[in-house]
Amino acid sequence: MSDMTMTVSGGSGAEEALRFHVAEDHHPENATLLGFWLYLMSDCLIFACLFAAYGVLGREYAGGPSAKEVLELPIVALNTTLLLLSSITYGFAVLEMQQNRRGPMMAWLIVTWFLGAGFISLELTEFMHLVSIGAGPGRSAFLSSFFTLVGTHGLHVTSGLIWMIVLLVQVGKKGLIPANKRRLMCLSMFWHFLDVVWVGVFSFVYLMGVLS
Amino acid sequence: MSDHTPHAHDDGHHEHAHDGVEQIHVSLKGYMTGFAAAAFLTILPFWLVMSGAFSKTGPADAFILLFAAVQIVVHMVYFLHLNAKSEGGWNMLALVFTIVLVVITLSGSIWIMYHLNQNMMPSMMKDVRSLP
Repeated sequence: MSDMTMTVSGGSGAEEALRFHVAEDHHPENATLLGFWLYLMSDCLIFACLFAAYGVLGREYAGGPSAKEVLELPIVALNTTLLLLSSITYGFAVLEMQQNRRGPMMAWLIVTWFLGAGFISLELTEFMHLVSIGAGPGRSAFLSSFFTLVGTHGLHVTSGLIWMIVLLVQVGKKGLIPANKRRLMCLSMFWHFLDVVWVGVFSFVYLMGVLS
Repeated sequence: MSDHTPHAHDDGHHEHAHDGVEQIHVSLKGYMTGFAAAAFLTILPFWLVMSGAFSKTGPADAFILLFAAVQIVVHMVYFLHLNAKSEGGWNMLALVFTIVLVVITLSGSIWIMYHLNQNMMPSMMKDVRSLP
């Protein structure tokens, strides 16, 4: 942008008119990131509804196991660590992307992928354990809302993992072209957004559930 | 002229596509600050609950929610790079609108359903039954 201004104003006579042209160039031509942000905000509303459902139903045990009995904090603490670490490794990937270093960028993205995959496999293990002890989603209103809320978050993380593989292939084939950088920034927003939602989940569902 | 204009426009477009991404201010320091703050805000409530320091609900719940709220702000600022100026303020506007809706949904649901539960207590049901 500043380059353009320099070269254009280098000409002498038509300086005023040309400046006017360049100044007009400030339209938000690339609104992808804003559009993606709006999508994230609507996603936020989905999670708000699921949180509200859990807030209303989370203490309705129907004679089944209570939150205190079935939720295991050590697993959740490990899960939270994995997701938080994956956030910072994605941040490192973005930093490498801005330096146009493809190799390190992809390496950090792969590290992020494995941390996310670890999160999902731990969560699936937890779900399978709950179902095996008879605390499946059909047991009580508490467990229905629990599985819906945590499961929806898990599905989002899974789609993030698939998206990450797609981007790794695209960056591997085409390199760090502007389009790929834009896609990486969108996934960055998605990934960090999922971490924000997880903060709500571990606080509202797990920590407060165990205390109740 | 007509040959030139599309070309110039194309160039401008590319610069912008590049700019849109580069505009976002990222730095190692920012990420590390955010990570340290987020780690602290995660570990503290986990430790307080797991060590049994919080035995009663009430103030404990308020503490946990407060930590969560602060951590969400930390994530928004340091990881999502949100500020009042990004995308000409539209990011922030959409976020504020969303927060309003989220607060209405959450507090409204919990408030109404709590009172509904209160009024459906067995003791209240007796009154209903004794009505003509």
